[in-house]
Amino acid sequence: MTAARRAPFWLLGAGLLIAAAAVLPATYLVVVIAGDLSAALETAFSSRAFETLLRTAALTAAVVAASIAIAVPIGWLTVRTDLPGRRLWAVLCTLPLVIPSYVGAYLLVAALGPNGMLQEALGVDRLPSIYGFTGAWLVLTLFTFPLLLIPLRATLRRIDPQLEDAARAMGRSPLEVFRTVVLPQLRPVIAAGSLLVALFVISDFGAVSILRFHSFTSEIYVAYQSSFDRVAAAALGAVLVVAMLGLLLVSSRVRGSKTVHRLGPGTLRPTQPYRLGRWRWPAIGFCSLIVLVAFVLPVGVLIYWASKGISTGSTSWNTIAALGGNSLLIAAWAAAIGAIAALVVASLAVRYPSSAARLVERLSHAGYALPGILVALGLVFFATRAVPALYQTITLLVFAMTIHYLPLAIGPIASSLVQLSPRIEEAARGMGRGPAEVFRTITIPLARGGVMAGAALVFLHAMKELTVTLILSPIGFKTLATDIWTQTTFGFYEASAIPALVLLAVAAVPVYLLSEQGAAAP
Amino acid sequence: MIHPTSQAKRLLATLLVFAAIVLAGCGFSTEDSGGGSNEPDTEGITLYSGRIPAAIGPAVDMYEAAADRDVQVRFAETADLAATLVEEGDASPADVFFAQEPGAIAAVAEAGLLTKLPQDILDLVPARYRDPEGRWVGVTGRARVIAYNRDVVKESELPPSPFGLTDPQWKDRVGWSPASSSMQEYVTALRAKYGDDRTKQWLEEMVDNGAVSFPDNVTIRDAIAKGEIDVGLINHYYVAQAISEEGPDYPVAVYFPPGGLGSLMLLTSVGVLESSDRKPEAFTFVRSLLSPKSQAFFTSSSKEYPLAKGVEPDPALSVPIAEIPVSDSSLVDLKELQGTIELMKEAGAL
Repeated sequence: MTAARRAPFWLLGAGLLIAAAAVLPATYLVVVIAGDLSAALETAFSSRAFETLLRTAALTAAVVAASIAIAVPIGWLTVRTDLPGRRLWAVLCTLPLVIPSYVGAYLLVAALGPNGMLQEALGVDRLPSIYGFTGAWLVLTLFTFPLLLIPLRATLRRIDPQLEDAARAMGRSPLEVFRTVVLPQLRPVIAAGSLLVALFVISDFGAVSILRFHSFTSEIYVAYQSSFDRVAAAALGAVLVVAMLGLLLVSSRVRGSKTVHRLGPGTLRPTQPYRLGRWRWPAIGFCSLIVLVAFVLPVGVLIYWASKGISTGSTSWNTIAALGGNSLLIAAWAAAIGAIAALVVASLAVRYPSSAARLVERLSHAGYALPGILVALGLVFFATRAVPALYQTITLLVFAMTIHYLPLAIGPIASSLVQLSPRIEEAARGMGRGPAEVFRTITIPLARGGVMAGAALVFLHAMKELTVTLILSPIGFKTLATDIWTQTTFGFYEASAIPALVLLAVAAVPVYLLSEQGAAAP
Repeated sequence: MIHPTSQAKRLLATLLVFAAIVLAGCGFSTEDSGGGSNEPDTEGITLYSGRIPAAIGPAVDMYEAAADRDVQVRFAETADLAATLVEEGDASPADVFFAQEPGAIAAVAEAGLLTKLPQDILDLVPARYRDPEGRWVGVTGRARVIAYNRDVVKESELPPSPFGLTDPQWKDRVGWSPASSSMQEYVTALRAKYGDDRTKQWLEEMVDNGAVSFPDNVTIRDAIAKGEIDVGLINHYYVAQAISEEGPDYPVAVYFPPGGLGSLMLLTSVGVLESSDRKPEAFTFVRSLLSPKSQAFFTSSSKEYPLAKGVEPDPALSVPIAEIPVSDSSLVDLKELQGTIELMKEAGAL
């Protein structure tokens, strides 16, 4: 059978529906821009917008590079070696993702900023400034590299060890094997994960505002928060969507079209872990350093604040439990629906490449490149006009979260499908099973690692989402993230320590379970 | 190999297990403004509040108790709520909008979404603290002041007006927040009083003098407390909030510059939506916010200036309200605000 197969009608139909949903916020931007096209064009093509875009692009490139430098070694060490405590390292290295970027930035300033904790501990007068590019780069790297790590680990588990064994048998050193055999197989997932990191960086507002880096989202916030200029905000949002399409193009080039799935039939042989020997000490050192800065340090500051017992009195344990329940509810539904939708999109893109499938995949990314406020306003616009009965309900909130974070699940799932030989599916078809049955009984189970990773990413992001929740939730509905926001509005970051710690604890459970599930994948 | 179908089921089960637990266990819980357990049963108005629960909760509770109506409150950033109201248009579930910053309510009024308030409500506050067209009314006032670290700076060293902060002795020591609406409002008032050229010159001199940009008032206050900077341009009540939280040893104090447009009164304000079908109830709620009891709560809890006639400010507010200039209400105009932002961008401040 040739590669260019036609997608089953139901799959393509579902994909188009998902893409149409994901593109709603971007459609809203078009509607607003059409209202005053000349003003929009003037804003979008101003030299100021261009300069800000370049500055943001530089930050994005730097964060992506640093994330690869951290995630690839940690992913390899925790999956393919006998590193002591590798499961624990993996979970600890995933958790920084749960810390909202504005909290992370504030913690970094408290710890490393002028007259911060480190300066006090060292007893020096001045430390190098962490504001501007450096601070934004540091915080965004530390709190987003898990976006790359999670799908990377899922892929590493599914790499066929036979090739590596063969290479080793031919006398290549472990490093050479890694470079010539493992790394090429990781290319698709590095491309997909880097895309997620990049899209996060361009849409983040929390970290850059506290660390005083004027990024493209700062420009959007100035447009609508200061001058209430919705046309300018929409025009700048549209620029972000275009930038996103550019990043997708780069990512798909890097991903390449080389065959990376196993050719042989049957199941994966259990991999023999590499013995690190005395290299285990530098390996532990590296993991410790990352966990220390990205997890222990921020959590330590949070625990210190919580222990100071400063509280504005609004955080009783009953309240915290209710908030945690609400956060879980939203995040679990968004993760479940997001994973299923992403599976459809990824299957189309990987199994039935056509212009329609490519269009579906690209459009499905539209909601992630935009800051939360534009996603929220887009849905306010459409929901109040088309489905007023659903406006400000849990259903709409979950829908918004799902389209906002859908790309987080598409990347990892696509990567795992690329590794899965279509011949297995074809064989099942040959035995008379229908396409839907093959999808259910073959594709989903074998792509499980990627599906799990994708669901975990959506889950973690939905847990900490703020702006969309504030605007689209049922009235009076509060989550851990909105409680943190309530406390920090007046700058009482100390009082936000307890809900922030609960957020971490609640998120740690699924992260652990998902990494266990993934580890048990065939 | 495990049977594939069972794996698919396990996958879905894992994804949904948390949702199921939550749904079965507690459902989703919502909580009202003040969090009081004795909320009235009768559903009342819906309030979009740009002010956080701690800042308005007790005032809402007072109304609920008196009117026997349960107020539904949506809390979010003022600007986000203003943008939401504009997109919702006639379909808005909101009856009342309580804005923390003046520009936001002006934007909503300009979009034609606010109804004219009855004269008896407008008469509760002096004319300078309300919309000339009667679409919104001020509830409390916050003054723009110079905050300083009293361990480092003596009050007598501070200049008579923020214009003096461009002096070399303040190089790299001043914090401001050009992106915040309160700072932009202040710049708009400067333009009205001193003209664009003088204002731009001041902005440029501030930038040249190494003024440090922060995202908002809170971060300026915290930076002063940590000794990162020595003085900052902020709203007075953020400091009062911190003192009540941290105790009298808190190192930040406020100074009301006496000269020129030293300080400026910024209003938190409230308006009733044109689309509301509970207008009489909404008006009652606004009257309640301006009642002596609510006004006393605002001024004693967050040290804001009460704007209703005949209500005394908290004793901690030593500068009389009459001495703090208020920007001409007609200036709370979006075109002016955009002009301000252009000017600030040209001066390199934004």
